[in-house]
Amino acid sequence: MIELERLTRTFDGRGGVRDVDLTVDDGEMIAIVGPSGCGKSTLLSLIVGLDAPTSGALRIDGRDATRLDPKQRGVALVFQSYALYPHFDVRRNIAFPLEIDRVGKAEIDARVRATAERLAIAHLLDRKPKQLSGGERQRVALARAIVRRPRVCLFDEPLSNLDPALRAQMRVEIRALHRELGATFVWVTHDQAEAMTLADRVVVLREGRVRQVGPPREIYARPVDTFVASFFGAPAINLMEGDTLGVRPEHVTVARSGDGVQGRVVLVEPLGAETWVTVDGGGARITGRGDPELTTGDAVVARWEASDVLRFDERGARVEGPAVVDAPP
Amino acid sequence: MRRLLALLSAFFCVAPFLWLALTALRPPEELTRLGVPSRLSVSSFVSALRDQPLPRALLNGLLVSACTTVFAVAIGSLAAFSLARLRPPGRDAILAGALSVSMFPPIATVGPLYVLLRALGLLDHWAGLIIPYTTFSLPLAMFLLTRAFEDIPEELWRAARVDGCSPLQALWRVHLPLAAPAIATTALLVFIAAWNELLYALTFLSSPERRTVPVAIALFSSEHAEPWGEIAAASTIATLPLVVLALIFQKRIVTGLTAGAVKG
Amino acid sequence: MTTRRAAIGFVAPALLAMAVVAAYPIVAAVWLSLHREILVFRDHRFVGFANWSFLLRDGRFWAALGHTTYFVLVAVAVELVLGLAFAMLLHGRARGRGMLRAAVLVPWAVPTVVSAKLWAWLYDPNHGLITHLLGVREVNLLGTPVIALHAAIVVDVWKTTPFVALVLLAGLQSIPEDVYRAARVDGAAPFQTFRAITLPLLLPTVAVAATFRALDAVRVFDAIFVLTDGGPANTTETLSIYAYKTMLRLGDFGYGATLSVATFLVALVIAGLGISAQRRASR
Repeated sequence: MIELERLTRTFDGRGGVRDVDLTVDDGEMIAIVGPSGCGKSTLLSLIVGLDAPTSGALRIDGRDATRLDPKQRGVALVFQSYALYPHFDVRRNIAFPLEIDRVGKAEIDARVRATAERLAIAHLLDRKPKQLSGGERQRVALARAIVRRPRVCLFDEPLSNLDPALRAQMRVEIRALHRELGATFVWVTHDQAEAMTLADRVVVLREGRVRQVGPPREIYARPVDTFVASFFGAPAINLMEGDTLGVRPEHVTVARSGDGVQGRVVLVEPLGAETWVTVDGGGARITGRGDPELTTGDAVVARWEASDVLRFDERGARVEGPAVVDAPP
Repeated sequence: MRRLLALLSAFFCVAPFLWLALTALRPPEELTRLGVPSRLSVSSFVSALRDQPLPRALLNGLLVSACTTVFAVAIGSLAAFSLARLRPPGRDAILAGALSVSMFPPIATVGPLYVLLRALGLLDHWAGLIIPYTTFSLPLAMFLLTRAFEDIPEELWRAARVDGCSPLQALWRVHLPLAAPAIATTALLVFIAAWNELLYALTFLSSPERRTVPVAIALFSSEHAEPWGEIAAASTIATLPLVVLALIFQKRIVTGLTAGAVKG
Repeated sequence: MTTRRAAIGFVAPALLAMAVVAAYPIVAAVWLSLHREILVFRDHRFVGFANWSFLLRDGRFWAALGHTTYFVLVAVAVELVLGLAFAMLLHGRARGRGMLRAAVLVPWAVPTVVSAKLWAWLYDPNHGLITHLLGVREVNLLGTPVIALHAAIVVDVWKTTPFVALVLLAGLQSIPEDVYRAARVDGAAPFQTFRAITLPLLLPTVAVAATFRALDAVRVFDAIFVLTDGGPANTTETLSIYAYKTMLRLGDFGYGATLSVATFLVALVIAGLGISAQRRASR
């Protein structure tokens, strides 16, 4: 279990994190998301022990770890650029944390082999990192992290350097690995889709502060403000009426006739299963599901159900309650 | 035209040294002649090594320079690693201080150092030479190695820490191996500087049997006139290893010598 | 945190060494210069600025300062010109470049003491190659005032031009190729290109090389110690040689320290000039 209590790290310039309160349960898979510069990496450094907080406290399994050396925290980290040691072969790269921990030679060999086999890289053990593909490096980095059997494993955007197909495959594998190890995984990413598909819970960070914590579905359905609402979901939520009303594209239907906001098609994006049509409805642009036969310039109407509308106040915070403005006439 | 100029320049650089080697190889009776020697002889080498304390001086030089190199690289890489990765307080002040130390004329420190070493009983001791040599090699070692460590991706330092390394382990197991080329350059430049130093060696070591190579050659003597054959032979012996090293490690030395000169 | 302790602990040995073995002696030299200090006589007393006021009246000091200044100015100027020529040869695509690249390292690798001995042999009145080539046999070049100092300058030039050449070469290589291409498109002749582009862009590097060399030349000791030991009639005596003789031959550490502090001050002035020249050159 990881507990952050009013954890704050400020720098002379901008960046850093402020007053972060967060509890991550044992065996949980949590994703920390936010745009670049939101403080994700700072938070990661604080948890793993590469940086010390300006104020606040950090506990790992009930033990105060605020100022502990990384070695004493038992937290592993998979780096975005993998950070493999170029002068070691794969075997030595994976074995390194165990060597430092003075694990016996026979046990190191056994654990390195088992980990390498689990991640399907046993045939690469004698190669140097520069002889590996991006995907293979990723697996070696993963192996180096889990060979220690850490209670907590952190991931710093580890998939961002892979091509999309490989990324999807790795997501599945890492989910499986998480179930198998039963360790706590903390996953940092700027990719909302990655966070939604992987995590039990999502932490949304903006400008160093936690905006919202919750399961992906809840974050999606009940965002606390317009920032969270726009950050999750692709295409992004439609905001209207001075950003006080929001409706997700999948709740909007674009048709050639009927009730709704009238406008003209400005963009058609057929994705196969789905076709997104963007309509210019007299100033406001609205994206929704539509017929792939539509073309730019067609006169259409966009409509949605009142129950799907999210309402925000003038500062962007979501307000509960019945929609004052119903579906457009 | 350019080729001719290049040839002339190369000649200007190499010819005096070749002339020295040729003098060393002349038979003693032909030393006074300038033309092509009738035969080559090693007799000057033999007498330089037998009649003069040269072998001793070579060993002394090796001892002092090797110790200096080891200490300068060890202390220098610790400091450089701190400057490059650990953000010590006053980092810029430390670098500026090192830079000014590298500008000190040795004559400005030789007197007080003599008095200090005398008080410590280190005059005419190897330590009395190795300590100042190491100290005045530190600025160079710190500059070259700080730059080398800064060139290693910062993520490897973070990875080493996460893998459980103490700062010292991260230096020893990750950064030193990766900075090996810069370490070699530094070691080479420090070794050569120590091997060639005259003023301190002349001042701090008084026993003839402790003389280093430059002192031995500077004070080369004989009952008669200058023993040019022996001097030339001794000089060739003292210099040839350095010239060979310089030619083998050409690229490294050039990098080391010009580091910092262009960037400022 | 442990990294913070390590940060300080790791620089501490270097700082300690530089403080005790480099900084302290400078301070001690200033302190010594206020004393009459003759080790063999165990004579040690505070004399205030007596040494300094003697220094100002000491003709031999002013002569040594003059020789040193002349040595630095002439040697560094010649080295910059020759070094630039070498650097341009090394930079071009001329054949024989690899050979020259290796050759320039030879004088650099030769110990100063050896290079001085080697030139002393070339200057030898009876059997020296140079005396022979100049047709002045039996003339002791190193025993002739005025000439002897220039003979020492030649040794310094031979030994250190390679360093200047390598530094300037690095400077030339840092000038982007595009600038030259642009000049060629604009129709600039080779010499115009050199005047208008190469030289101005190289100026910061020239300033760096000159500063390094001047700081090194001002401490000149080895070459003169071997060649002339300051003679004939002290006409090649530099500040380092004079200070050395005063301290270690006469045993007068008080006045010797005064002379060495004076040398340090000269180096300080050069460093200051060098830094301001670099600032101006890179503007």
